Amino acid sequence: MDLSIAALLTQDGITNGAIYALLALALVLVFAVTRIIWVPSGEFVAYGTLTLAGMQLGKPPGTVSLLVGMAIVAGLLEVYVCIRRGEIARAPRRLLLWTGVPCVIAALVWWSAPLNLPFPVQVALTLAAVAALGPLLYRIAYQPIAEASVLVLLIVSVAVHFTLTGLGLWFFGAEGSRTPAFASASFQLGNVNVNVQSLLVVGTSAALIGVLYVFFGRTLYGKALRATAVNRVGARLVGISPSFAGTLTFAVAALMCAFCGVLIGPITTIYYDSGFLVSLKGFVGAIIGGLVSYPLAAAGALLVGLLESFSSFWASAFKEVIVFTLIIPVLLWRSLTTHHHEEDE
Amino acid sequence: MGILLRARRLSVSYGRVEAVHGISLDVSDGSIVTVIGPNGAGKTTLLSATIGLLPSRGDIDYEGASLTTLTVEERVAAGLVLVPEKRELFAGMTVAENLELGAFARRRSRDAMSALNDVYRRFPRLAERKTQLAATLSGGERQMLALGRALMARPKLLMLDEPSLGLAPLIVREIFSIIAGLKMAGVGILLVEQNARAALQVADYGYVLETGEVALEGPASDLATNPRVIDTYLGGSVPASA
Ligand SMILES: Nc1ncnc2c1ncn2[C@@H]1O[C@H](COP(=O)(O)OP(=O)(O)OP(=O)(O)O)[C@@H](O)[C@H]1O
Ligand SMILES: [Mg+2]
Repeated sequence: MDLSIAALLTQDGITNGAIYALLALALVLVFAVTRIIWVPSGEFVAYGTLTLAGMQLGKPPGTVSLLVGMAIVAGLLEVYVCIRRGEIARAPRRLLLWTGVPCVIAALVWWSAPLNLPFPVQVALTLAAVAALGPLLYRIAYQPIAEASVLVLLIVSVAVHFTLTGLGLWFFGAEGSRTPAFASASFQLGNVNVNVQSLLVVGTSAALIGVLYVFFGRTLYGKALRATAVNRVGARLVGISPSFAGTLTFAVAALMCAFCGVLIGPITTIYYDSGFLVSLKGFVGAIIGGLVSYPLAAAGALLVGLLESFSSFWASAFKEVIVFTLIIPVLLWRSLTTHHHEEDE
Repeated sequence: MGILLRARRLSVSYGRVEAVHGISLDVSDGSIVTVIGPNGAGKTTLLSATIGLLPSRGDIDYEGASLTTLTVEERVAAGLVLVPEKRELFAGMTVAENLELGAFARRRSRDAMSALNDVYRRFPRLAERKTQLAATLSGGERQMLALGRALMARPKLLMLDEPSLGLAPLIVREIFSIIAGLKMAGVGILLVEQNARAALQVADYGYVLETGEVALEGPASDLATNPRVIDTYLGGSVPASA
């Protein structure tokens, strides 16, 4: 391997790593606030790519039906809760929020798909549609059992993962999609050839991480999520309800996954079931951070990207094996260095 | 003076073990009601059920309406605020962030943060340590932060679970003078205390809770001179000036 190949592999690795980093951060966030190990995150990545691909082909993506279906289920759940609590007067507002808003987003996507709108508008609609699926999923699958143990939540997550993969096949079909590159240009930096596409991916990830940093550090809602993560009872006592925190967390996390889907689209062909492998790489990163440390998770994800890229050069058939074998020494090291607490959070 | 909180036949269980057995209790506007009793009597359990952290049987009315269908967060938004025994601060966040979050339930009102200056005036120590992490505060400072965070919600009924726990006498006096000040400002207070002497001095009315039942109740000044209370909770010595 000469220097220029190494530079190329590094560039590839960092590009993929930046995407995995977003995913790893989303996983840490979801776990910190809700204690859910969010196995189905990969499906959201796949939905992101497939939605954008659908819009580029000018046909309404499966996300439209998925959104409407989940919005109806969530709305019915909300109405049922209102009736059971004897607060029927509140039902219309809840219905508007849980069914109305997602349906409006779905309608926008459905209506605009054949119009061949400018690329940034299509991306914005894709992000909105996939982000809206997050709170709906939380409302339907997790909120009713939010107090359950981490293990029960994990089992539900696995079930949700299979369900969403199946729904993906149903709504998006079996063919894979790849979205066109954002930019094909490249330039010479010293004697390294730099892709503008890679720069865009890394830049977008970094910018999004910056936005999240400001959100969690400066805004009341961001602080409320951190508060829930550090002390659930304390958060309730100042009026932050777990279901509010969960809903907001899933919106943010789903948005991050949708970004991953948009960014990964030009790099890999994505099928309805490709998400899982992608999310596993995010998980390796997240676990390097012990599912609690954001900087370590992001660094871990970058490492995964680099390792993947170099191992595909040396032993491309074993690239996944090498990446996932990495997790074993990391887990060993973590189990030896971290203290175990009695509580499960 | 209206009744702010009215509990009737309130029972609370942990699984199949009942810890509070059908007790009744009233707190009126702008008054201090204290609940004293030995360890394990059910005082913390009573407060947890009132804020909604534990399910209970019986009736609890707050400002004339039943609380039973309200969640913890809805009770907080209605002005019912608890400083719990374990404080439950946001350890990894700064003093200022803890206080800001204390006003979370009031986030929609324009003067959400209006209590901040008041809290910093009452606890200058917190103002000096705004940017310090809650986890690094001393025990006394932590109590001040817990109380300050509760005040940020502008409570109508403030429930305090052993606010003097583990504090130096000087700070205990400070905390009790703050409690008296809050009463003057019209806040109703439900005060659970091990320090029965101080509690009965500041309170208007008192309940003695023993093994989950109200063993005695009456105006605080009567309880303070009751021989049984003096024997068990005031260390057996009659206060010099009763
Ligand atoms: N989580 C729990 N599970 C089971 N039993 C509990 C639980 N919490 C408290 N209890 C029991 O309920 C009873 C009342 O406890 P509680 O904490 O209310 O007492 P307390 O009056 O606040 O005591 P202290 O003055 O020591 O704080 C005790 O017998 C206690 O062991
Ligand atoms: Mg107690």
